[in-house]
Amino acid sequence: MKIFLMLFQALLGIAAAPFAGGLIKKLKNNIRMRKGAPLLQPYHNIIKLMRKNETISKDASYIFTAAPYIHLTTAIAAVFLVPSFFPPLHVNGLGDVFVIIFLLALGRFFMALAGLDTGSTFGGMGSSREMFLSSLAEPAMLVSVFAASLAAGSTGINALVAAGTFKISLICSGLAFYLVLLAETARVPVDNQETHLELTMIHEAMLLEYSGKSLALIELAGYLKQFILISMLVYFFIPFGTGPVFYIAKFLAVCAGTAILEVTIAKMRLFRAVDYLIFSFMISLAAVAAFVMGV
Amino acid sequence: MEGFVVDWKLSFDALSIFFGFIILLVSIPSWMYSIGYMQGLYSGGRILFAKILLLLFILTMFLVVFSANALLFLIAWELMSLLSYFLVTLDPHEEKASRAGLIYILMAHIGTAFMTAAFLIIYSYSGSFDLSAFKETCLILPLKVKTTVFLCFLVGFGTKAGLIPFHIWLPFAHPEAPSHISAIMSGVMIKIGIYGFLRFVLFTLGVEELWWGNLVLVLAALSAAGGILYALMEKDLKKMLAYSSIENIGIIMLGIGGYMIFVKMNQPLLAVFSLAAALYHIINHAIFKTLLFMGAGSILKTCGTKNMEKLGGLIKLMPVTAFCFLIGALAISALPPLNGFISEWLLLQALFYGALAGATFAKMKIFLALLAGILALTGGLAAACFVKAFGISFLAVPRSKKTETASDSGWSIKAPMIFLTALIFIFGLFAGPVFKILTGVAASVSGLNNGAAAFTFNVLSLAPQEGSGVHLNNLLLSGALVLIGIFVFSIFKVISREKSITYGKTWTCGYYSVNGRNQYTATGFSKPFRVAFSFILMPYRKMEKIRDSYYHVKSFKYEVHTKQLLNEYFYKPVINRIFRFAEWSRKLQQGSVHIYIGYIFLALVFLIIFLKRF
Repeated sequence: MKIFLMLFQALLGIAAAPFAGGLIKKLKNNIRMRKGAPLLQPYHNIIKLMRKNETISKDASYIFTAAPYIHLTTAIAAVFLVPSFFPPLHVNGLGDVFVIIFLLALGRFFMALAGLDTGSTFGGMGSSREMFLSSLAEPAMLVSVFAASLAAGSTGINALVAAGTFKISLICSGLAFYLVLLAETARVPVDNQETHLELTMIHEAMLLEYSGKSLALIELAGYLKQFILISMLVYFFIPFGTGPVFYIAKFLAVCAGTAILEVTIAKMRLFRAVDYLIFSFMISLAAVAAFVMGV
Repeated sequence: MEGFVVDWKLSFDALSIFFGFIILLVSIPSWMYSIGYMQGLYSGGRILFAKILLLLFILTMFLVVFSANALLFLIAWELMSLLSYFLVTLDPHEEKASRAGLIYILMAHIGTAFMTAAFLIIYSYSGSFDLSAFKETCLILPLKVKTTVFLCFLVGFGTKAGLIPFHIWLPFAHPEAPSHISAIMSGVMIKIGIYGFLRFVLFTLGVEELWWGNLVLVLAALSAAGGILYALMEKDLKKMLAYSSIENIGIIMLGIGGYMIFVKMNQPLLAVFSLAAALYHIINHAIFKTLLFMGAGSILKTCGTKNMEKLGGLIKLMPVTAFCFLIGALAISALPPLNGFISEWLLLQALFYGALAGATFAKMKIFLALLAGILALTGGLAAACFVKAFGISFLAVPRSKKTETASDSGWSIKAPMIFLTALIFIFGLFAGPVFKILTGVAASVSGLNNGAAAFTFNVLSLAPQEGSGVHLNNLLLSGALVLIGIFVFSIFKVISREKSITYGKTWTCGYYSVNGRNQYTATGFSKPFRVAFSFILMPYRKMEKIRDSYYHVKSFKYEVHTKQLLNEYFYKPVINRIFRFAEWSRKLQQGSVHIYIGYIFLALVFLIIFLKRF
């Protein structure tokens, strides 16, 4: 019975994930006094892409075809591990919070390979930059989770969900995690999801050669990744209130905050992002220091 | 001097057997590989010579690991260094190889000198070279002597292991050796250095002070991050792998350093856990580094180059090599569900529980968190490095004529690679039982013989502490990944209802189609890293324009290089000093007989005065 509930929760997560993307986009447009695309536009996009024919470069290998499936598979596996609508219902015993980080890295590895696979210079540039930013984001993400786990006494997901007191260390680590979240989901200060200008693309450049069904898979995986990271932020770093209602409220608040942030600040130069990520790493270390001091 | 006897006594304790297993694990596939690899590259006589050398080399490694006498250990150690020197310089016409061999043998001897010093210091107290006598003596050594001995061992074994800052020989020697030798050197020989460290520092000497562990941890973190950063800059496939060995030695030493501090923090169980994680990484690195060197060798043999900028598109031409290399690259980047992921996860857990435990060691918590961050950075950079290595060498379009006509190597080369690829999966999936054995080995090193029993593992899942709710069930995780993959594949197949796929040219902004010259390059791939880490790498450019006239540039040459911080500011000045001293002292010897007679006269006068005075 529990297995079916877990499956249900994961499916609910997968179904809800694109909505968050649509919501952020809509909010951004509304703040800019535009009408914006409908809230359900991501669903329309994915369904439309699935129905389209696909064009693949003749130079590409099986890596190019397999990468979207692997990307989506790892993302779905991580959805099973992450607590979402009904927190005790995530799969326990498979792995801990570090495993989620490593799973996301697996998907990214294959996407970066796929970027190089067609021989397109844009793809190569995209995967180079993606690996660059993610390798710098990794320590910040890990240490912020490390700090939260120290407070919880374990890296187990159950322990992390149950640990619920607001402390300076938790605020610091939460901030660090949020900064990494923005970088990992290709959001504004680091990357821009809306741009397709060659010189500024990072994540999108990597996907440039994709079309049709494969692109649909990648887009869905991208939404799932965003869903996973925001859920982690909500459960591990924003402790007040439990239950699905609070979860949804906090989730939407994070989405709204992100939308406001994205329209109010400008994208950074690529090498400014280094400072940004190092800053995030430093805050996460400060979180550990704060934990040691007991605040 | 009665202790100066070479005793042929061997000992077979858990630690020795573990390392003996590693030697076997790497040597047997490498031996098989060498048969196919050397064929056609060398003449018949040289092949026989190389085979005999290789056999002796493997035997001396066994001797090092199993010897129970310090003198025997030293002799075997020296033989191992010499034999590997001859193996590195197997290509007689290669200028580079002989230079690499020279650096290697020099550094190996500096290391051996430190080890010998340490042995002699202990011998002066024990009066015997027997290892059990060493262990007893070490209990009564004064602290200052112990510290000296520890530092000597750290330099001596650190040199062999390739720990930064003693690593400089490694990126020269490993790439120049024939590929199966590189595989054995990176897969096993540098781990013999780790064996020495475990045997003599952890087992014999014991951990005396907290700062020893801290020092090891700092060097380990430097090696891990520095090694992979330099690896990322390389476009030479084998040199890149050599640097990545430095990184992995760093990761292994992180576990060993963890052991050292946890012993001092009164966390014996955690210490055993950390050491077992390091041992796990030793196995893993032995497997995938051997595999990757074999893959690089396979490319070198068929394409005639190991320069990534001249490769490309090999995934279609050499499918087996490509697949094995891909799995090796995934494993070394610590990606689930393969074996590298398991050991890295265990190490992270060790660091985490170390930070959690010991309320009196507040500073250590921040230090351990920093180390976890560095380990994560290393993992991220390793992933980038191997995306580059695999992506540039195997994907897209060939970048040179010779690469276009490449085909997969023979079965003698493919079979060992397939075998090692299977091992990567086995050691990844069945982590529980493997780790249980390794905790036994680690417990025997620490002398905490009931330590292993404290870890009551579920057969298939790993849990650092009982009842903490932290598990890693890799078998289940892999099963879940496969199931989800199949599910996703079939669902999308049904929904999209088989649309047609068009094959076309890659979009290149309307210009010509993609060819070997307009693809992304390895140097281009690592550019952001070079800029961001320019404070360590200190990149510089060389540009050369050849002009027909003032207005027309006929050809243009552009090179990017990075500097080795340590070489630039430590080794080079020291070597320059030595050369300058040699230059200066040459004036003493001018070949003139008169001056030599003068020297003899002066020496006589000096001796007479000396005799009169004393």
